[in-house]
Amino acid sequence: MKDQAELERFEIRFSGLGGQGIITLGKVMGAGLSLGHGYNVTQTQSYGPEARGGSSRCDLVVSSRRISFPKAENLDLLVALSQEACNAYYPYLKPGGVLIIESDMVAQPPTNQYLGLPFTAMAKDRIGIPQAMNTIVLGALTHLLPFAVPRIMRKNMEEALPEKIRAINVKAFNLGNREAKKHFGDVPQAWADMVVEHRKPEKKRSTQKK
Amino acid sequence: MARRKKNKEIFALGNEAVVEGALIAGCSFYGGYPITPSSEIMEIMAQRLPMSEDGVFIQLEDEIASMGAIVGASMAGRKVMTATSGPGFSLMQENLGYACMTETPLVVVNVMRGGPSTGLPTSPAQSDVQQARWGTHGDHPIIVLSASDVQECLEMTIIAFNMAEKYRTPVILLLDEITAHTREKIRIPQPDEYEVTSRIVPSIPPEWYKPYEETVRGVAPMPPIGSGYRFHVTGLTHDVNGFPTSRPDEVVDLMERMHRKIDQFFYDIQMHDELMIEDAEVVVIAYGSVARSAEYAIEQARSSGVKAGLLKLKTLFPYPRRATEKALANAKSIIVPEMNMGQISREVKRVNSGRASVRTINRVDGQIITPSEILKVIMQG
Repeated sequence: MKDQAELERFEIRFSGLGGQGIITLGKVMGAGLSLGHGYNVTQTQSYGPEARGGSSRCDLVVSSRRISFPKAENLDLLVALSQEACNAYYPYLKPGGVLIIESDMVAQPPTNQYLGLPFTAMAKDRIGIPQAMNTIVLGALTHLLPFAVPRIMRKNMEEALPEKIRAINVKAFNLGNREAKKHFGDVPQAWADMVVEHRKPEKKRSTQKK
Repeated sequence: MARRKKNKEIFALGNEAVVEGALIAGCSFYGGYPITPSSEIMEIMAQRLPMSEDGVFIQLEDEIASMGAIVGASMAGRKVMTATSGPGFSLMQENLGYACMTETPLVVVNVMRGGPSTGLPTSPAQSDVQQARWGTHGDHPIIVLSASDVQECLEMTIIAFNMAEKYRTPVILLLDEITAHTREKIRIPQPDEYEVTSRIVPSIPPEWYKPYEETVRGVAPMPPIGSGYRFHVTGLTHDVNGFPTSRPDEVVDLMERMHRKIDQFFYDIQMHDELMIEDAEVVVIAYGSVARSAEYAIEQARSSGVKAGLLKLKTLFPYPRRATEKALANAKSIIVPEMNMGQISREVKRVNSGRASVRTINRVDGQIITPSEILKVIMQG
């Protein structure tokens, strides 16, 4: 069984407002993909005097090989959790790249090719605390990214969090994962060749053998 | 049967890796004053040092006092460090010179940001390179190292401590904001994986000991202060007993020995990495985070058929002349990208003395030099 997808260079950008937990999201996902999944990951962030309400950005580069340049400049995946961030970073998305938005916060998406969920409202209504929003995004992305395995990502997230907020974050992660399955559908076409073996549905594997 | 312990891996910042490296090397005293983008080093040291057996952490009132504190602690037998950025590094220069003159082992990490003065507080730069070499006055020997990724931050910190102890000299580790604030997976080495060097202490009776005596290596044994050995330190030019002198023969002996202790170990001190340099017609000479941009550019240039190679400098001073000369052998042109107005390119031009064409890429706007910028210059031939 193939455990890892052969990734040349996969670039992810999380962007939004200060206070949305963008950096934490990048850190947890980066740790999950590197320590849990075994990829090489570099995580960088906008490093300025951002307070709550300012703009915030966090980049991940994921590869199965050594990463030379640590910053993202040609995005495979852009996660925009505010209109401002969406406007600013959409031009960096490469052709065929995937845009994910917070559908309540981004009222005017720059394209109709996007995937969106009302992450903040989901956190408020279904989890009970708005701070769980970033974990819902993490759960949704774990479904969408062909090389991420929910079981491993969830385990790594739990390890990174203090005891008292662990349970609620697992709940948020599962919610995001479930909703993404329902609304985003299967892995985007452009990433089909990156699917790791044990994530593929049974049928597909048997047809490949023939 | 001895079971090999599984390697511990963490997802860490460059600054965190510096702390891990320092603790592996045996650092037991940190005196400092926080400044962006080096603050995480101090923050984590404040948590970790008091947890270790004899660790001491002090926040001082400023960088002048920080440097004074670590010089004193080093004389008391500790392995010491501090971390800062440009403005703090300027304040440290006076006591740094004192440490050079009194041959006190210590490590200063300077996470560079744009200058002059308070400059660009949260943006990357490499503008303190010549300051690290010549910031304090007088002809002084000093070692300046750099690191370009997170694992290297850990390794170079250990090496910085080892060199400081081995040669009784201050060692400056230059990082930039990008290296310091990038998170990557790093492996925490096993305790026995790295050689850890400690200063030599005198083994002769105290009455025979001369603190600045000539030795084969040029490095005199150094007892901790208060251990019964004569201990006289001064910033004035001194004789073998540590007392001020202006006798020309004694002055020359001191100055020559201080320089010789570094000069005769160039082979040990001057570190570099080579990438596809054997047949390279275009050689990029880079250090710090820019070396990673250069590596990416060179991979792309190679795939379109241009014979490009990379000489990555890990030691900046004493400048690795031999490695540069080797890289120059086949090269038609040299490219030196750096986030300053041209501080290492001066050294490259000095070694090159007109053999190959030397081109520079300089950026001082607080932005990283991207691979595409370097690639563009490589493709010009």
